[in-house]
Amino acid sequence: MFSEELEKIDWDETTAAIYAKTDADVRRALSKSHLDVQDFMALISPAAEPYLEQMAQLSYKYTRERFGNTMSMFVPLYITNSCTNSCVYCGFHVSNPMKRTILTEEEIVNEYKAIKKLAPFENLLLVTGENPAKAGVPYIARALDLAKPYFSNLKIEVMPLSAEEYRELTHHGMNGVICFQETYHKANYNIYHPRGMKSKFEWRVNGFDRMGQAGVHSIGMGVLIGLEKEWRTDVTMMAYHLRYLQKHYWKTKYSFNFPRMRPSENGGFQPNVVMSDRELAQVTFATRIFDHDVDISYSTRESASFRDNMARLGVTTMSAESKTEPGGYYSYPQTLEQFHVSDERTAKEVTLALKNLGIEPVWKDWDQSFDAVNCQEHAATTTV
Amino acid sequence: MEKLVIAGKEFNSRLFLGTGKFKSNDLMEKAILASGSEMVTVAMKRIDLDDKEDDMLHHIVHPHIQLLPNTSGVRNAEEAVFAAQMAREAFGTNWLKLEIHPDPRYLLPDTVETLKATEQLVKLGFVVLPYCQADPVLCRQLEEAGAATVMPLGAPIGTNKGLQTREFIQIIIEQAGIPVVVDAGIGAPSQAAEAMELGASAVLVNTAIAVAGDPVRMAQAFKAAVEAGREAYEAGLGGVSSSFQASASSPLTAFLNS
Repeated sequence: MFSEELEKIDWDETTAAIYAKTDADVRRALSKSHLDVQDFMALISPAAEPYLEQMAQLSYKYTRERFGNTMSMFVPLYITNSCTNSCVYCGFHVSNPMKRTILTEEEIVNEYKAIKKLAPFENLLLVTGENPAKAGVPYIARALDLAKPYFSNLKIEVMPLSAEEYRELTHHGMNGVICFQETYHKANYNIYHPRGMKSKFEWRVNGFDRMGQAGVHSIGMGVLIGLEKEWRTDVTMMAYHLRYLQKHYWKTKYSFNFPRMRPSENGGFQPNVVMSDRELAQVTFATRIFDHDVDISYSTRESASFRDNMARLGVTTMSAESKTEPGGYYSYPQTLEQFHVSDERTAKEVTLALKNLGIEPVWKDWDQSFDAVNCQEHAATTTV
Repeated sequence: MEKLVIAGKEFNSRLFLGTGKFKSNDLMEKAILASGSEMVTVAMKRIDLDDKEDDMLHHIVHPHIQLLPNTSGVRNAEEAVFAAQMAREAFGTNWLKLEIHPDPRYLLPDTVETLKATEQLVKLGFVVLPYCQADPVLCRQLEEAGAATVMPLGAPIGTNKGLQTREFIQIIIEQAGIPVVVDAGIGAPSQAAEAMELGASAVLVNTAIAVAGDPVRMAQAFKAAVEAGREAYEAGLGGVSSSFQASASSPLTAFLNS
């Protein structure tokens, strides 16, 4: 399990090592074709800042070679904001006195139909809070079943599950799982996640092993930038985690996300650190140079102009016209959104912008028939 | 230039094209037409099989082009066989480029599963063109299993590194009783010409054309290179090495003169 590996990597020593990286370390990293985590640390370090342009060029080159002039498009769908956790930075915090919604089957299908009217989305990401009693695995499984007539590729972003539960959901067509570790700083983790299942650091960080054991095709990782001041260290831990997962679960495809918090204007949690566009660009380039094949995903948290500028420079997956409140696609809802969307363009506008950049938005890059064997085996062995 | 024959069907072009990574479907179509290719592969995962008007497919289908659906995305023989049957129904062709690469990083073909799937698919009536390692023994086994061609890789997909497997490709060409198509890794027309000079029956190119500055002109360049390489092969390369020269003194064979 990765928690055991993580014990061997000291946070403070890693931080010190990143800041000790030199100009020569950066140049060495840039000249290698197979990079290790030490090289990655050099590329995200302040020593690499003068090389941003060269890093952008390499990132552009590798991304084009591996992914071509395309962008994989996906759409997130929040099916419930009901949550028993109390993450201090989250709008769905359990003590937030807001109306909670768990979409009914009919409402879920209405969302699917509404999404299909926006754009030919085929990659769906189902998102929930953590409320196993009211919106647990059977609820998610049902939502997946209902999604099959509308979407080719189904991913989920839900609470960490057991390997058996992940496997069960693959039988319902679930192809990928996204889970943000938020931070790898074990000692501080509980400051941000004081109560609920999410307060269990090991359960969360080892969730990725359980996904791998269950044979999940695609795993999305992320740290929430804004929690730990030393975000470089957090991102480095994620790079260690990626290499660990690639070694143990080699049939899985991985993606990186770098959600960054912005200062809140109406009170609430204020980020401990604000990452600049320049810094996010550096981390994006470094990730692509470190791993030519990992998907890098930018959500609508990022602004339209930044997303457009980065679209050729490493990013391979994008959402568009996202609503972060349950029911948001079918009818504009009364409920609260989880975070504020920055890129408010319609999917059609994003499509046009990408095409103008010489990028083909790809809606469908998976086929349900690939998952059918898995689903059929399940149907054959289950007596319902 | 001799015509290429695969499973009894004749092809005038020895350049096969892949259809991923283009910046637009229009540009892809122009590049396909400029290349003169008559065999174009398309990932079934990219096509909406229920949509008869699918935009990508619409730009590929031409009367002179053999559509070659591929199974990119499947991870084992069982998934491949299932997906192949879906593809046959949706695309209306029993031609199939079999791709099984469970490792999503380097997309290297799974030898064991590819052989297994080829055996099954041939029995199901498919014309199977398997993407495979440049492994001469495997290629013989694929041929025995009934594959229509073998498609050994020159280098990992998308790397543009050329014929890294040159020694093995040569052995495969020497041994094969079916066409040998060098697939993956060809990054420049000179590399395509090199493969053809070695005696490859055809080459498959995608990334090098799709991400070129001008994909249409690059497609033309590959067309010319493939034709030149094939012509050279058919004409018979000189094969004269400068290291062999008639020698007046003959220290090793002087005894034969006595």
